[in-house]
Amino acid sequence: MTGLAAFLRRKTALVALAMCLLVTGMAVFAPALSPADPNATDLAIRLENPSLRHPLGTDHLGRDILSRLMYGARVSLGSAAIIVALVLGLSLMVGLLAGYAGGPVDAALMRLCDVFLTFPTFILAMFMVGILGMGLTNVILAIVLTHWAWYARIIRGLTLSLKNREYVLAARAAGTPPVKLAARHILPGVFVQLIVLATLDIGHMMLHVSGLSFLGLGVRPPTPEWGVMINDARQYIATRPLLILYPGLMIFLTVMSFNLLGDALRDALDPALAGQPAESEAEAAPSSLRPEVGP
Amino acid sequence: MIRFIATRLALLVPILLAVSVVVFVMLRMGQGDPAMAYLRLSNIPPTDEALAVAREALGLNRPYVTQYLDWLGKALRGDFGISYVTKRPVLGELLYYLPATLYLAGVSLFFTLAGSLPLGIVAALKKDRLPDHVTRLFAYVGVSMPSFWLGFLLVYVFSVTLGWLPPMGRGGPAHVLMPAVSLALMSLCINIRLIRTSMLENMDHRFVLYARARGLSERTVVGGHVLRNSLIPVVTAVGMHLGELLGGAVVVESVFAWPGVGRFAVSAIFNRDYPVLQCFLLMMTAIFVTVNLAVDIVYAVIDPRIRIGAGEAG
Repeated sequence: MTGLAAFLRRKTALVALAMCLLVTGMAVFAPALSPADPNATDLAIRLENPSLRHPLGTDHLGRDILSRLMYGARVSLGSAAIIVALVLGLSLMVGLLAGYAGGPVDAALMRLCDVFLTFPTFILAMFMVGILGMGLTNVILAIVLTHWAWYARIIRGLTLSLKNREYVLAARAAGTPPVKLAARHILPGVFVQLIVLATLDIGHMMLHVSGLSFLGLGVRPPTPEWGVMINDARQYIATRPLLILYPGLMIFLTVMSFNLLGDALRDALDPALAGQPAESEAEAAPSSLRPEVGP
Repeated sequence: MIRFIATRLALLVPILLAVSVVVFVMLRMGQGDPAMAYLRLSNIPPTDEALAVAREALGLNRPYVTQYLDWLGKALRGDFGISYVTKRPVLGELLYYLPATLYLAGVSLFFTLAGSLPLGIVAALKKDRLPDHVTRLFAYVGVSMPSFWLGFLLVYVFSVTLGWLPPMGRGGPAHVLMPAVSLALMSLCINIRLIRTSMLENMDHRFVLYARARGLSERTVVGGHVLRNSLIPVVTAVGMHLGELLGGAVVVESVFAWPGVGRFAVSAIFNRDYPVLQCFLLMMTAIFVTVNLAVDIVYAVIDPRIRIGAGEAG
């Protein structure tokens, strides 16, 4: 609780939290807030300047920009949420199993992680989308498959450091079955750090999704998505530069809010992760060295 | 030292083998029926008979292990198949586009290091004062900015409005400026934070206190003691940055119509040109792995602690 109190005392943390809530609210209430149907085309009013009817103007097909930006928040946040949930689920299973079981199971799972960590992530994700076919579902799947190994390794490291703590040993001596032991006694200890890491990573994942969509591999038009909107607007860069400015600004602000929130959460809840991580498990990838780079 | 390098090189073999298995499995998982693809591209009507003949010819009736070994054997000889679209060997096609991408990634890596070193050092030395705040704000902005958006912003300012720089294509040094800046900004900013954290941590060490106690000048303390130790994690990060720069290059190449492998690979995705995709992934992974191996070795040269630790373990 002290961690949460410290978190709420920080000004940047509050600003970041407010911005994240704002974008989330926009995503959730997009149908109620948006002034027009995001996909309604009207070539008679294409590339119009801002007006009362269309506060940010219209795009090359006469669609309302503001509405598309609002609906775009749904795709960005929605896919990021699904990716984080799937990555955490998959890596928790692998990480807890490897850390808890040890021995050959651990060795086999960690070598599998090594293989996935050998590829440059964005290129592997591209390859998977190419093989599986284009579309948002496959983009999500590809990003999950390229990211779970990082988390699995960290979770394994945390599990290893927790499993010989006295309270866990006591529970084990009392005859707690392994699954319950993992869920009740190890998982809570792992979870806080995991939430911090996931928050720090959400922005990075959003950049992956919008980058792949910008390339035309992810969200298919006409679905409003910020990366797609930038790609749509690129040919009007000389005449209508604002068309590129708006969606990029949305990506930028959303990613930055989540990065700030993640940093603030880390500082407040998990001082050990704050500078260079002083982890006993040298194998757990130091979070500051993780490639957080996106497209 | 030689033993260390030998151990690392030996470790490379099983990793690359595993990588090839993963790539093979994924290819077989998603590709659909290669025999069907083959027939479509050869303009043969896909009757059951023709499919059976094609399967036999492509070796698809053989056990997976045999197929894999055959594929691996060809790959080792540099035979990654023929592009469905250009009908030429894919390795040659990709090698044709590779220099442009390596050039872009190399210039970006240079910008990353040249920009992050002074900024990271200044931020650490002026901790909690104005230069630190400004640098950290810049770093926050930089890691959150999508490279393709930054690219278009630069094009708008420097090409459309000012007319100083060419908006696309490859040519003289002016052409590489905006793509490289767009690509580098993210790693540059990550590096700033890394250097700052690393320096601040080293400044707390006892050897720094001792150096100060000996009456050494601040310049000697910072330059000789703190900085040298702080650069060690930066060396490791270089390998990772390069991996991300290669990936990010795909997006930036699309923005600036830069004639690199990334653009070629994206068009291969649209054309379902699987041999190109497969070769692209393997090529990029090989570069990534090799650079990281080189980084590991440099790391061991400058930090004996690593070398000794790894020697004992291996």
